[in-house]
Amino acid sequence: MEFLKKYPKTFQWLFLLIVFFALCFAIDVPETYKFIRGQAEFVKDPNQSSYVFLGKEVRYYAFDVFWRLPPLLGWLPIWINDSLFFLMNEWMPIEVWNEDTQEFKSRPIVLQISRNLTAFMTFLIELIREILLGGLETIVAFTSWDWIDKNPWAELPGLPWTIVAAGAALLSYKLSGKGLALFAGLTMVYISVFGQWKPSMQTLSFILVAAPLSFIFGLGLGIAAFKSKRVEKALYPILLVMQTMPQYAVLVPALVLFGVGDHAAVIITMVVAIPPMILLTLLGLRAVPPEVIEAGRMSGCNNFQLMFKVLIPTARRDILIGVNQVIMVCFSMAVISAFIGAKGLGFNLLLALNQLNIGLALEAGLCISLIAILLDKMSLAWANKQTDYFGNLTFYQRNKNLLFFGVIFVVGIILAYIGTFLFKDTFNYLFEIPHNKGISTADFWNKGVDWIFETFFVYIKAFNTWLIQDVLQPMRALYLRMPAIATIVLVVGAGYLIGGLRSALVVCALTLFIAFSPWWDRALVTAYMATFGVVVSCIIGFTVGTLCFQNKHSANFMLGVCDIFQTFPSFVYLIPVMMLFGITDTSVLIAVIVYATIPATRYTIEGLRSVPAGLHDAATMSGVNKFQRLTKIEFPLAFPHMMLGINQTIVFALFMVIIGAFIGTEDLGQYILKALSDKKGAGIGLTLGICVAFIALIFDNLIRAYVEKRKKHLGID
Amino acid sequence: MSEPVIKCENVYKIFGANAQKMLQDSNGNVDAKVFQENGCIVGVNNASFEVAKGEMLVVMGLSGSGKSTLLRCISRLTDATGGKIFIEGQDLLQLNNKDLIDLRRNKMGMVFQSFALLPHKTVVENIAFPLQVKGIKTEDSINKAMDMVKLVGLEGRENYFPRELSGGQQQRVGIARSLAVEPDIWFLDEPFSALDPLIRKEMQDEFLRLQDKLQKTIMFITHDFDEALKLADRIAIMKDGIIEQLDTPANIVLNPATEYVRKFTEEVPREKVLLIKDVMDISKDNLGDLKVSQNEIIENVAEKILTQEKIVAVVDNKNEIIGSINPTKIINTVFGGRKNNN
Repeated sequence: MEFLKKYPKTFQWLFLLIVFFALCFAIDVPETYKFIRGQAEFVKDPNQSSYVFLGKEVRYYAFDVFWRLPPLLGWLPIWINDSLFFLMNEWMPIEVWNEDTQEFKSRPIVLQISRNLTAFMTFLIELIREILLGGLETIVAFTSWDWIDKNPWAELPGLPWTIVAAGAALLSYKLSGKGLALFAGLTMVYISVFGQWKPSMQTLSFILVAAPLSFIFGLGLGIAAFKSKRVEKALYPILLVMQTMPQYAVLVPALVLFGVGDHAAVIITMVVAIPPMILLTLLGLRAVPPEVIEAGRMSGCNNFQLMFKVLIPTARRDILIGVNQVIMVCFSMAVISAFIGAKGLGFNLLLALNQLNIGLALEAGLCISLIAILLDKMSLAWANKQTDYFGNLTFYQRNKNLLFFGVIFVVGIILAYIGTFLFKDTFNYLFEIPHNKGISTADFWNKGVDWIFETFFVYIKAFNTWLIQDVLQPMRALYLRMPAIATIVLVVGAGYLIGGLRSALVVCALTLFIAFSPWWDRALVTAYMATFGVVVSCIIGFTVGTLCFQNKHSANFMLGVCDIFQTFPSFVYLIPVMMLFGITDTSVLIAVIVYATIPATRYTIEGLRSVPAGLHDAATMSGVNKFQRLTKIEFPLAFPHMMLGINQTIVFALFMVIIGAFIGTEDLGQYILKALSDKKGAGIGLTLGICVAFIALIFDNLIRAYVEKRKKHLGID
Repeated sequence: MSEPVIKCENVYKIFGANAQKMLQDSNGNVDAKVFQENGCIVGVNNASFEVAKGEMLVVMGLSGSGKSTLLRCISRLTDATGGKIFIEGQDLLQLNNKDLIDLRRNKMGMVFQSFALLPHKTVVENIAFPLQVKGIKTEDSINKAMDMVKLVGLEGRENYFPRELSGGQQQRVGIARSLAVEPDIWFLDEPFSALDPLIRKEMQDEFLRLQDKLQKTIMFITHDFDEALKLADRIAIMKDGIIEQLDTPANIVLNPATEYVRKFTEEVPREKVLLIKDVMDISKDNLGDLKVSQNEIIENVAEKILTQEKIVAVVDNKNEIIGSINPTKIINTVFGGRKNNN
């Protein structure tokens, strides 16, 4: 009895596990059960049962309810899809004046809004694109084709690459200094010389529209949520789901609403990029000390001044992280949205990956990553920049940079003009280096890949076989062997033990949603891949983080590495693993591990750092050695923060698993990818996305509940 | 007497969901305990006082006594639940937002315990901030701010960021910022509490020097009784939202109104607080040759007086005799009237 009192929690957990395993053994695999490949749910099969709900027929394979719950939510995707189509094509028609036919036409309001939004986005993208690359559509939009024919001078070419490159360097110099200027210059020259100019500028124009718009909307909504509790309450659940929803899944409904092309990509990028911006804005504004707000009020600020001169600058650090996130998401989406027809580097990258041309993919990936890093650093420098009041500057001093840019502009144009004489018979390399005329290292990389493959084929193959046969397959089989009821009992029980009744209920609702959807099996496969990835990532991340923490320089170095790696669009991670392991689950898992190790490492270092220095001294004076200090002081105290790292690791891992469907896995991601090419895919894509988000949210809920409790226990705020 | 600059009439501040209704029901008889049982916390309980032009009122109390809340009611950073507050005859609670902002831009300055500087602005930008939100041209506001930098002795550091300054220097910036608009009313919320004792003393002296020069109407919040005695024209001692006693430092030390106030005064070295005029007799008989000013602190002249055999004359600013003091009186004041001194 004493013993029981001492470890009641342990016994509760043990009891839960015993129940779980008992259920697993008690419930047999039904003989008719098989893992369904392909989209059998939508194929008619005499063995299927069916039910009709809301006029939609749902077909499914009926099993014992203890083994797999019936897909009671099977109607949901169909219903979402039909509603979406209804909204787009029938709901609330309004009269619209048609300029071409000179008459009123009836159109559903949502369609009209979507068209207008689309037109606006297209205009913005085209405008920037035409400045960078040349073109006529923007001018035509304001005038007409006839006008262009009469005024041929208006057919302006795009800026020569020399001007853009020098301009970028100049801007970087103004913002930060020599280092960044050099980096900007080299990046631009690299892009140009390697013949990636056009796709890069296409991507850049896409980013230059998506990122500022996301920033503005995110900031605005963040402020609104800060000012009004009601707005915050309304936004919060959406934010939570959007943060954990794989970016793939949002593509499908966007396809229906906005069609195919860059404009749809921009809108969908905003949908993905705004939530983190809102959250971080809110977080930052909340953290502003009340006395600073009072100081602002007493200085006589009105509400507007208080917000923009006191609150936002003081919350700058968090808002900056938001900007950082926005830029990251934008680049990530620049690749993913190539699936719905965005032009640029992402499209080239996907194409190259599809053709298994690793060399080309590597070049495109490198370009994206370089631009991403450059923009990230520039935005950071911009936000940290100070204004200087002193000295009465002369006209020259004040407009130095503008004048400088003028000089660059003229020189660039002269160079381009000279170029027309120099390269009479070929392309004008001083104006723009065409895609296939640059230096390409693709062959070199491809040969390298071939060489690696030939030389190490035996080892890679052996490793691959071992991993798949001895680790992955059994693990997958185990996951699939779990009866649904046992899984639910385990998850809900864990919720109850960690966070009490409330947590248990939330987790239960989330799990039931997935269980009642038609994709429980797929969700299990997704979970198994994510679990594998998370476990390995955490082991690597904690080890590396702890080792690096031992030395201040290595810790800073590692955080820097994490920063840079985080800037890479997620798709880029697939390139090197495909180089080595080809198209297998191993590739996906390794990409997952590499990608998910970043937050694990970062949070480990940060967590260990957050241990107060006073405690270090106290521990040292108690005579602990380094190892004891780590295990007895630092780990327990850093643990809550490290758990948040695990949280992030799970989200990252799930994202990558879903993206891995591109290589070919049999999880939820595969269906999302399929939904992209399905006419009625919108509902399926969205529901699948919600399923993935819910998997992440289940863990999120459990981990957060644990961390809160633990932090309270340790007295850390 | 001219109109008081700050005037409070039965000011209440009660936190909680239905504070307004509970206050009305109580008919001005607020019992903190009853309120707490109903989920309301009493911050300020029936505060009435006036502050005259150029006067420094120090509000003293321990943490949770409601002193900061009182200050926030008067600066209207929070709205009082009941009562009336007049600033130069204007009813503060009736002001609309625009007038309130005008009032703050022109009449009020405030210094905060945690300095509350804007981290993204330099020293001079911080000081110029109230001028800039007022809409004054950048160049003029910076020039004015530079004057303030000189006033608080931070020349050469005007382009530093707050994080690069020590606590004392940061508070100098806070003081300069609050003075930038040349306010008539100056609120200071525990300005020196976050500083080291030595720096604190230095800042207090600096503060007295400034006040000597500027003659602002001041409300000064502190939890340090010694600080209150050193700076105040009058002291208000607060406990649980109630002003226990409001009087001059000398009267508080000599005649504590409640047991609570007495506890603070017990350990106070009276010779350092009381002035000659606080303890002198009115009789002008048998005076000796020595004359002391009525405004001297006892400590400074005690030795002189104690070595005299005759009664010492007390004179006012015009060197006219207004009273007398004898050595016995000094000894009584310093050592007498205490509970136990062995």
